[in-house]
Order: sequence, then C-alpha cells, then structure tokens
Amino acid sequence: MKYLDGFRDPDAARFLRRRLEAAAARLAQAGRSVRLMEVCGTHTMAIARHGLRDFLSDNVSLCSGPGCPVCVTDAGYIDAALELARRGVTIATFGDLVRVPGSSATLAEARAEGARVVVCYSPAEALALARAPGAPEVVFLGVGFETTVAPLALLLRSAVAAGATRFSMLAALKTVPRALAALAEDPEVGVNGFLCPAHVSAVIGAAAYEPLVERYRIPCTIAGFEPLDILFGLVDLLEQLADGRACVVNQYTRVVRPEGNRKAQAAIAEMLEPVDAAWRGLGVIPGSGLAIRERFAAFDAERRHGVAVRPGRPAPGCRCGDVLKGKILPDACPMFGGACTPEHPVGPCMVSGEGSCAAHYKYAR
Amino acid sequence: MAEGKILLAHGGGGRLSRELVERHVGPRFAGGPLEGFPDAARIAVGGASIVFTTDSFVVSPRRFPGGDIGCLAVHGTVNDIAVGGGRPRWLSLALICEEGLALAELDGVLDSVARAAARCDVRVATGDTKVVARGQCDGLYVNTAGVGEALPGFEMGAEKLRPGDVVLASGDLGDHGMAVMAARAGMNVEGRLASDTGPVHRLVLALDELAPAVRFMRDPTRGGAASVLHEMLGDRDDIGIVLRERDLPFSAGARAVAEVVGADLLHVASEGRVLLVCAPEAAPVVLERWRALPEGAGARAIGEVTRDRGRVVLETAVGGRRLVDVPQGELLPRIC
Repeated sequence: MKYLDGFRDPDAARFLRRRLEAAAARLAQAGRSVRLMEVCGTHTMAIARHGLRDFLSDNVSLCSGPGCPVCVTDAGYIDAALELARRGVTIATFGDLVRVPGSSATLAEARAEGARVVVCYSPAEALALARAPGAPEVVFLGVGFETTVAPLALLLRSAVAAGATRFSMLAALKTVPRALAALAEDPEVGVNGFLCPAHVSAVIGAAAYEPLVERYRIPCTIAGFEPLDILFGLVDLLEQLADGRACVVNQYTRVVRPEGNRKAQAAIAEMLEPVDAAWRGLGVIPGSGLAIRERFAAFDAERRHGVAVRPGRPAPGCRCGDVLKGKILPDACPMFGGACTPEHPVGPCMVSGEGSCAAHYKYAR
Repeated sequence: MAEGKILLAHGGGGRLSRELVERHVGPRFAGGPLEGFPDAARIAVGGASIVFTTDSFVVSPRRFPGGDIGCLAVHGTVNDIAVGGGRPRWLSLALICEEGLALAELDGVLDSVARAAARCDVRVATGDTKVVARGQCDGLYVNTAGVGEALPGFEMGAEKLRPGDVVLASGDLGDHGMAVMAARAGMNVEGRLASDTGPVHRLVLALDELAPAVRFMRDPTRGGAASVLHEMLGDRDDIGIVLRERDLPFSAGARAVAEVVGADLLHVASEGRVLLVCAPEAAPVVLERWRALPEGAGARAIGEVTRDRGRVVLETAVGGRRLVDVPQGELLPRIC
C-alpha cells in the first residue's frame, strides 16, 4: 500500500502547489490566462475526488475532454443494443452503460421489463457466458478507447480461436489522438495544453502525440492517475506554457514507453481496422474508430444480427456535447442538478462513473 | 419504458432507495413510529419502552471471508437495535429456501446463527421456514426481526446536531462490502481482508451515562458511511459535516480492492461498525471506552459538524476539498 500513500503524500503535494502557483504567476505577469484539458475520464474523476481544482490559480482553467468512452457513445448505439435485447439476445456489458439513455430507454429499464442484461467486470466473463452448456446468444457491448480496445481485441481473438458460435461484439471502439487533433483545430475550444491519458498512452506510446505537437504547437504531457502524478503533469504544462515551449513530455514513465505496447498494438491491428466514428458532441471524426475486420464478421454483432447503429436522438436540451468539447463546465447546462441528476440522468456525462457531469455533481457542487 | 418498475438501483441504499421508501412506503404509514424512517422503532408496550426492527438478508455468496449469511442476519438486526439505543434481547428467524439447497449447508448457516446469537446475548424466540421451487429464489434468503429494551437517555436525531459536534467511527470502514466483492469476483486478497460482520451492542452499552451527549448513531451498512452522514444531516441546511481523509479508518485490504474495482470506500458497507455524533466534550470519553473493547479498538474521530449548508465535505489527503455524495445505486447488489 506504500504505492498509494507515496503518490498521495501531502508534503509533496504542497511542494507541487508552490510550483503550480509560481508558473501561473509567470503567466499572469505576461497577462495570460490559459486553458488546460484533461482528456481522460479517469483523470476527470481523480481531479474531482482529490479536490485538485483547489490548487489552480485564477488565470488557469481546467476543462474535461472527450475521454469518457460511455459519454462519447452515441444514443443510437444504445438503441441498437436495445433492439438486440428485444430480439431475445443476452446483452453482456460493463456496468455504466446500463444506465445510459438511448433515444427512448436505458438497458436498466429494458432489464426491468424482462430483457437479459448481464453486467460483467471482465469481458472474459461474457465469452464464458456464451460458451457455457446451453448458453444463450450473447452480445458483448464493446465500448472504449485504446486501453479497453486491446483486451477486447484479445477477447475477439480467443472467441475466434475457441470457435465460439454464440458470441459477438457490438463495437463502438475509439482512438484518442485524432479526437485531440479535432479539438486542437476547433477555435471555440481554445485549449492551450493537453493532460494526456495515462493508460491509453501505455498502449499507443508517448510518440503518438508528436504529430499533434508539431502541427498545433500545443504541449502534451502524459501523467498517471494518482494525485501527485496529476499535479506534476499540470506543473509541467504550465511551465511549458510559461517558457513558450511545446513538447510531448512523458511523466508516467513507470508505465508508458515511447513506442507503447507493441503486443497490444499487434492484437488490435490483427482483429480491428480503422473506420470513421461518430462521437457524441464532436460529430464524425475520420479514422477515429475501430471496427471488427471483415474476416471475423461472424463475431461482429451488427453483421451477425443484421442491426445497424444509426445516429440516435440526443435528449432535447442536453448539453453533453458542449461539456465533452470543454466549451462549458457541467453546471452551465440548464438541466444540471435539476432535470439531470445521477439518479435520473438525461445525458451520458451524468451517467458514467467517469463523466464530467457526474464528477461535478458528486464532488464539486 | 420501465417507469413504474423496480430497478436494482432501488436496493442500493442510496438516494433511489430513499425515494422508494419516502414515496411508496411513507405515505401509507405516516404519523407512527415509522416517521423519519429510523432503522429501528422505539415504541411503548404496556409500561415498557422497546426497540423493534427487521432486516432481510440476500447476500451473495452466502459464505465470504469473515462470515456467512447466518451470522450476518443476527448481527444486522442486533446492530439496528443497538444503534437505535436498545439492548438486544429477542430475535425471530425466517428462512426462504430454494428447492435443492444442501441440508448440510443449511445446518452450517443455522449453527452460525446460534453462535452469533449466543455471542450477542440474544435468543431466537420464533421463526418460520418456506421452500420455493428451484429457480424461484437463489439458494437461501434469511429474515430476522428483533426486539430490545430501550436504554434510557438516548434522544437522537438530525435536529440535535450542533456545529462543533464530533463524528466518530468505531473502526475500519467498508471491509464487509469489499470482502464480499472480492469473494464474488474471485479476487485473491491473500487473507488480508475479511468482513467486519459483528455485533456493536457492547459499543452502545459502553456509552451508558453519556447517552444524552449522543446526537446521532447509525451502523453504516448498505450505502456506506456517506449515506449515514447524509442521513445525519436530514433536511437541515444550516449545518454540514467535514471529514478529514487522513483520519478515515480504512484497512489496507479494503483500500486495495476499492482501488481495483473503482469503489469509494465511503460508499461501501460495513456490518460491524458504528458512526456516532456526540458533543465535543464527550468524544474523548467515548473513544476511550470504545478502544477498550476489541470491536472498538480502531475507533477514531473522523470529522465534525460545521456551519456549512447541508453539505458533507472531505478534506483530501493532498490538501484539496470535495463533496461526499450518497451512492447512486447498483454498486454492489446483494451485499447483505
């Protein structure tokens, strides 16, 4: 347990606070206000859970990016899962998707109506479910970024190797770097630095952000998920901005290598191929998704069951899209905390354990 | 689509559980001892004042490190009586068995009930058995109800809280929930984590003449300490509670499992702990008496009542501040 306590040490936090304040003061002297974005939902939650916003000076703002996979998943995807459930297929999924509203209902509501929806902690449970004697037809809801994509690619590979006949995946898999490029290009977003995700970077490698830095001159710092990791990452971003530098800095060297995890990359490339993907709030970003390769079509729920993921109807008035782009903080949405709460969520950012609205509601009201 | 249906989250001990009770149960039984939904009712019978409560147990798996559904069913009801300010005396025991349940397992559970009852100094006075067809329940569900003698001097409630009052915890929080979770997920915790299921009545009896200084007392079961802290505040918006993360008692094993599964230990159930708010001058005495008992050895002051506006705030270890909210629901179905 020294691991956790070591990365939550109060004295080290005080030291980092002084460096944050010093860098912010240098920027303030130059008349600059800066806007940083934590891309990853796990960062969003850790920042809220440890109260790290209290460490930022007035001229530094920190907004959440599109790095919560549930949040950026289009309502139409839930509609397709509901359609499969209605046809009697057993839906296996990670827990937070169960409460995400589709155009007309959630999977939790469908379950209360009799649909078979099974919550898994590990995707391997879904395959085991489909391979048990007398097993039902199982569709696993594959939603996630590179960190999740890698094990899901392995899951597909095991399903193929085992010749599983009652298992397929409804894929809504996304990749981070292209989304960051889309955000960097958007003048309305106006981000000055990215706090890059920890575990996504473990898969794709620190070098994956180099093109972003070269093209947009925007500092990218990779930080771990512990509070000291995050504070150290923010110190680096502010110091880069105060110095007028823009580089990729990998501070999470205990996990992330420049080239990433080659084995994971190979598994992903073997099973999946890049496609255009629709992101809630960001629209369609070319090449930012991953679909199951044609030769494994029998394991692709869309092709196996003839369902299509069509654009869904987001709830009227829901501003998750603007929250996901970092344009507004959650409490600027008129529904926040009133019509939309974690118990009765309207938008996905309020549902997911990593959603910025949920984080704001839980920890910062 | 499922408006008007029970969701799993209604059983989570968080805000939806409260909504269910307040909207559907409350209006039908208003004005009696159920008012305010205490875990146990204080009622007058003849000339005596008793504490009366009931609880059902559907925990899965039925055996977990540190206990089983049998002792849990005794402790749960004994503890609700105790924190209601009572000395537990009598229990009822009702079993709902699924066709096919091994008799040897049932015997094991009943032995566990008997041992726990002896340890808590309560007698099983009445009971019932039902059997349902295979598939109509999951193995075994247990219900216990309990009656205790009301102890003198306790007058507890949200309206009694004052700024400066101290919040105490009788030991590590969240071990039960994390031990059950680890058992369910087949996680290897190397014997370093066990449920804290156990009786708390001796912790309550030890308060003795300090009873009038106690403002509020609960066992933080389903919904965890966070739910209890919000219950403590009730509808009051003139006070709040501040907790200090560095003072929160969490075991190394529970912290490790919580990190892996992404749980906030303030949302996780304990089954042998007390959270108590008392006047500041009483706090050191309560702590001393608790620490003299094995079940209170890890007792600590964890925070205090403030003039905040109905909020529970955590001062984090690294020096930030954040809200402590109630859990939303489906974190751990069938935890007790």
